[in-house]
Amino acid sequence: MLRVTEVDFGYGDAPVLRGASLHVDAGELVCIVGANGAGKSTLLRLAAGLLIPQRGTVRCFGEDPAVQRRAELARRVSFLPQEYRLTFPFTVAEVVLMGRYPHQPRGLISLESARDVERARAAMRRCDVDALAGRRFDELSGGERRRALLAQAFCQETELVMLDEPTASLDPAHAMSVFEALRAETRERGASAVAVTHDLNLAARYADRIAVLAGGRAAATGSPAEVLRSPELAAAFSCELHVGTLPGSDTPFVVPR
Amino acid sequence: MTGVLTRGRMVGVLLACFGAMVAICLVAPLVGMDNAGGARRLVWIDLGAVVDGIRGPETLESQLFVLARLPRVLTGAVVGAGLAVAGCVFQALLRNPLAAPYSLGVSSGASLAAVLAIRFGLDQTALGDSAIGLAALAGAAVTVYMVWKLAQIGSDLPPAMLLLAGVIVTIVCSSAILLVHYTASFSESYRFVRWTMGGLEWIRYPQLLRAAIPSAIGVFVLLTLARDLNALSAGADAAASVGVDPRRTTTIGFFAASLVVGAGISVAGPIGFVGLIVPHAMRGVLGPDHRVLVPASIFIGAAFVVLCDTVARLALYPAELPVGVVTTLLGGGFALYLIIGKRTRARLWGGS
Repeated sequence: MLRVTEVDFGYGDAPVLRGASLHVDAGELVCIVGANGAGKSTLLRLAAGLLIPQRGTVRCFGEDPAVQRRAELARRVSFLPQEYRLTFPFTVAEVVLMGRYPHQPRGLISLESARDVERARAAMRRCDVDALAGRRFDELSGGERRRALLAQAFCQETELVMLDEPTASLDPAHAMSVFEALRAETRERGASAVAVTHDLNLAARYADRIAVLAGGRAAATGSPAEVLRSPELAAAFSCELHVGTLPGSDTPFVVPR
Repeated sequence: MTGVLTRGRMVGVLLACFGAMVAICLVAPLVGMDNAGGARRLVWIDLGAVVDGIRGPETLESQLFVLARLPRVLTGAVVGAGLAVAGCVFQALLRNPLAAPYSLGVSSGASLAAVLAIRFGLDQTALGDSAIGLAALAGAAVTVYMVWKLAQIGSDLPPAMLLLAGVIVTIVCSSAILLVHYTASFSESYRFVRWTMGGLEWIRYPQLLRAAIPSAIGVFVLLTLARDLNALSAGADAAASVGVDPRRTTTIGFFAASLVVGAGISVAGPIGFVGLIVPHAMRGVLGPDHRVLVPASIFIGAAFVVLCDTVARLALYPAELPVGVVTTLLGGGFALYLIIGKRTRARLWGGS
């Protein structure tokens, strides 16, 4: 459903990606990891059609997302940006309901239907922000904002969810619950997800596959167990890693040595 | 669910705003001032006599109402609605609560062209006074195009670029106006100043039509963008992710709002502060949802300018104040009040 093939991209003269590839199949949860500045967000923005690759191709459901009509694309793909700065004091419910925009008929002034509100309510429950519905979004803590935005993405009911650091500034319990929610949401609807994350252990626990971005390309891709033990991962972060297995399960974990 | 815009609330709010506008537009042409015997007192025209004069042979009241005051009031409404909606849209497009219809240089460009038209005596030609309006319109169009072209440099059209281009063009045009001022005679200089204050006192039906037709088109287009402006106020990527094309929305919004502002300036000159303060006040009262904010700004902007123009007409009777002075004084005072009120300030700009 998502296929990024051999893309090059750079800002100005500085190349960021060189021949990077990534694919996400139906029902998969793929995590992109890598050091700061490795090009993770760039890769995700290319995949979402927000940037145009200088070389290579991006295909989302067989089409180039950069030229597809945004409204059409948004019915199948949601994208949670890393930075979300609201200029005006919208409430949490208003922000979540923006996720319904691509599904609403284009009238002169379109309002939310009862179904839209129902969907938003369910998404907010799943992300544990239903109690915040009437609060101003800009008055929430960083973690509450991330969860409200996740609710917006879920409320959009897309087949593919792209998330740029969904667990940044979340406490460990909420970070885990974000991935739990993501897992549940995608399983329920047979949707797929691709997330950029710095949390290797969450990636190890929840991802079907992990892609390590280093040197402008996907240095290693595979199951968490394979990738965590790969020399490419240690090289990507330029440090030694200790990989263990959680007691009573086969879930791997990793700590810098 | 709390925090959700319902049909009932929307209809209620918009009916109230619309009602306020209609009431002010109906009352304003009925009121006048009399200074017979040195004492100034308000004089009301009898609405019955107006209706009689419209149905049957003209009466003095119907002439005063229909020919003199109504076009002025309606033009005030058109200009006020346009400025308020343009301010509201620019604030969202530029993601800057301090943006106003004139932030992007439209009024300075229009003023420069109008001042040049006066300086070179275009209003003494066969075109008459409308030459100044036409020149202003042309000036507005050229400025809008220049600002747009400047902002394209770098291709992805960040709002900061647009604002920067607007500020630069404003400064350049203001300096050019000073230069023309310097070379002008006293009488020309007086007319420059008078034009840049904005005024509605010479308005008749042709000017009303000239402002109303382009404004109506622009306002309709802006109404269709209302929902997308909500998404855009979270940034281009966030807007794109919910299916709003940021570039398309910015382009359409920029040109439609500029059309509305240019049409208003060409008949009434630059009328200050309406476009900044009306959307702000409405946002403070109604919240930030543009589906309510955009139409409410239209109605209240119209009502505000008509009200200010009525004050301008009556306050120093038999002399008249320029409406721009009244809007700025009233609007400025109101803005200070908003800034001083901490609670309101938090609702307008966020933070504490």
